[in-house]
Amino acid sequence: MTHPFPFSAIVGQDEMKQAMILTAIDASIGGVLVFGDRGTGKSTAVRALAALLPPIKAIKGCPVNSTKAAEVPAWAGLTTKRAHQMPTPVVDLPLGATEDRVTGALDIEKALTKGEKAFQPGLLAKANRGYLYIDEVNLLEDHIVDLLLDVAQSGENVVEREGLSIRHPARFVLVGSGNPEEGELRPQLLDRFGLSVEVTSPKDVDTRVDVIKRRDAFENDNAAFMLRWQAEDAAIRERILTARKALGKLKTPDKALHDVATLCLALGSDGLRGELTLLKAARAYAAWRDDTALTRAHVRAVAPMALRHRLRRDPLDEAGSGTRVTRTLEEVLG
Amino acid sequence: MASESWTHAALALRLLAQDPGLGGICVRARSGPVRDRLMALAPAQAVRLHPAITDEALYGGLDLSATLATGLLVRDKGLLATPGPLLLHMAERAAPTLAARLALTLDQARGHTLIALDEGAAPDEALEAKLAERLAFHVDLSDCSLRDAHVRLPQHAQPTTASITPDQITQITRIAHDLGIDSLRAPQFTIRAARAHAGLQGRTEVTAEDLEVACALTLAHRATRVPDPETIEEPPAPPPDQTNQNTGEDRLDLPDELLLEAVRALLPDNLLDRLTAQKARSGRGSGTGAARKGNRRGRPLPSRAGRISDGARIDIIGTLRAAAPWQTIRRQATGREGLQIRPSDIRLKRFEEKSDRLLIFTVDASGSAALTRLAEAKGAVELLLAQAYARRDHVALVAFRGTEAELLLPPTRSLVQTKRRLAGLPGGGGTPLAAGMMAAFEQAQQAGRRGLTPTIAILTDGRANIALDGSADRKQAATDAQQIARALRAAGTDAIVIDTGNRPEPALRNLAQTLDAAYLPLPRADAARLSTSVATVLGD
Repeated sequence: MTHPFPFSAIVGQDEMKQAMILTAIDASIGGVLVFGDRGTGKSTAVRALAALLPPIKAIKGCPVNSTKAAEVPAWAGLTTKRAHQMPTPVVDLPLGATEDRVTGALDIEKALTKGEKAFQPGLLAKANRGYLYIDEVNLLEDHIVDLLLDVAQSGENVVEREGLSIRHPARFVLVGSGNPEEGELRPQLLDRFGLSVEVTSPKDVDTRVDVIKRRDAFENDNAAFMLRWQAEDAAIRERILTARKALGKLKTPDKALHDVATLCLALGSDGLRGELTLLKAARAYAAWRDDTALTRAHVRAVAPMALRHRLRRDPLDEAGSGTRVTRTLEEVLG
Repeated sequence: MASESWTHAALALRLLAQDPGLGGICVRARSGPVRDRLMALAPAQAVRLHPAITDEALYGGLDLSATLATGLLVRDKGLLATPGPLLLHMAERAAPTLAARLALTLDQARGHTLIALDEGAAPDEALEAKLAERLAFHVDLSDCSLRDAHVRLPQHAQPTTASITPDQITQITRIAHDLGIDSLRAPQFTIRAARAHAGLQGRTEVTAEDLEVACALTLAHRATRVPDPETIEEPPAPPPDQTNQNTGEDRLDLPDELLLEAVRALLPDNLLDRLTAQKARSGRGSGTGAARKGNRRGRPLPSRAGRISDGARIDIIGTLRAAAPWQTIRRQATGREGLQIRPSDIRLKRFEEKSDRLLIFTVDASGSAALTRLAEAKGAVELLLAQAYARRDHVALVAFRGTEAELLLPPTRSLVQTKRRLAGLPGGGGTPLAAGMMAAFEQAQQAGRRGLTPTIAILTDGRANIALDGSADRKQAATDAQQIARALRAAGTDAIVIDTGNRPEPALRNLAQTLDAAYLPLPRADAARLSTSVATVLGD
């Protein structure tokens, strides 16, 4: 099985799919956190996203996927200046990854064999201009989390160790998934995710049957199934590209800005990151819908995913913060 | 029953060989002749893994011995590089990180299968849930005696590929739903297992028998509720034309109920108990305040010879020192100049770190407690403080009285300060137990984030009469307390409930149960006895 399960063939889970599409339209929204039970298609969706994304143009062999030859870091020692089309990188950050593996470190092989001091880029370099996917993000070790926070914030990875001094761009969309029963995420890391969605397994038997049937078709009649759904994936890809172009021309009336601010105030979300993300997500959503101006309807549609993880957690509110956002939405925007 | 589990295990192994997409099997049994006999049926070429296996062994990396010996770069292949069966011993000891890696490997569907040998003794010692989820089968051989372990499966002719009808898929999905299995991986496994089983029998279509076997093998251990036969929806009556088609054939569709029956027969009696036990403690790190040896941070220990693995740091001075005496000999032997280091010289740094414990005393200072035992409780806390001081534990103090709880002392190690605050603790007013627990909960969460291991000790006479919102409503107060207790338990915080009332209070015993905490009724205890009991519970 070389191809992952097609994105468009995922049954239901509309919010998760929408959130991922929004980050594909505007990478500066800052990533998606998917929390949910086991076996709800979290990993499937992320891997499907990789196949869905439009290819990017980068210098061939560049460790940080630079667009221009001038941006290729000197330590890479590249001689070629040719650019090529490559799929958007989606890099897996495994749970037990060491600091060296994430940030990059001294190349022990070169040190051993040639006695040279060379830099071996890590996962952060590989994920530049693409996606960094952390499965079971809530089980990630603290020192790796600290490291990610720093890089996600600055967009630059700085390695100062063992006599090396290297910095390279590391701008990526963080995608995390996890099961909340297994542990919580630190609020600082939560805040770095632009959007957050909660997925549950479908409770309705017909939907479940649908999921199983599609999966079965994928496994046993792969060629026909891929043919059918790859066309749909291509349609989504086109729409993402159109939306990216439309984003620049989109009008943002003051009224919508006012709505965004009022909503965040009423919810008491910490900091201004909530407002900014909500605004960006709403704009991306408007572009996706092919509308020319931002309206209250757009804000309303993306508010739960942009804000639910930014509220102060109330351990006794069993309904979850999603409900609180919806309730406040009703009150504030009517 | 016992020989049935054996048959299932043998059959599951056979199915797994037929279709690697089934992921694998988890065998729960102690090491012994029964398991050995089962393993004789397992693929002989299985790659053996152990819980402490390093990334380097799994994924491959620099072959240090060869590289150092030849002076050229030599890489070795990891165990996961070639698809095939994997055998994980002592699977219950596999860390979440290893489980996550193996889960990822299985997800990639490159043809790996995993046989996990779970030797767990206690119910909460089991294979990591996220890995167990990706294995189609789970068999428990702990009750199987060697005498029963002899069923041999008939050898089959060339296996075929079987097809399954959409109706059968619907049926499987519905049954999984009725058994309370949320994950959608389960019905996928059932379908695969049914196909594989039909294929083994040389059939080209999945029959009712295949379905029955597949459901029993893949769904029984995942069930979270025993379906009540009366609440199961009747399968919709088939439209007339379909009935006509079917009556002519011998192949009758098995009703859902019968399939469910097959699964129910395999459900353990204490299903729900086990479930709650799993829920309460699943996914918690160790962090019991015990010392952890590691190679990343903490107090340095003497360095030690070892292989370079992921995350280890080389003690360069130690390594050079170990290599120094042999330089001349090695130079003569290889004829090369320069420093010559062999793998046996490598010394690794080691560190020891301790996760500090935080004891959060939650003391009832209400009127009822003040009348009876506040002084005793204070005395007990002081004695405990002395012990905590000796162990360098952190201590926090929360008192509740009137309508609210107050954090008298944020986490500290200062004994003097704690004693002073405690002595000045006034009594009187209502018993806002819920508010007290809430304050303790907040402290526990904050402490947990800072890497401490919180334990909450609640000292009260249990007559909660003030609700969380401050209203004097006895019933609401009790409900609130229970609710917070559930939240605490879900968060996995350890707790002790000490009943300082004159008589043991049943409500408090309930609360302790909800908390999954030890309950210590102390009718007319003195401070010293109280303190001994707490120390015992803390496992000291």
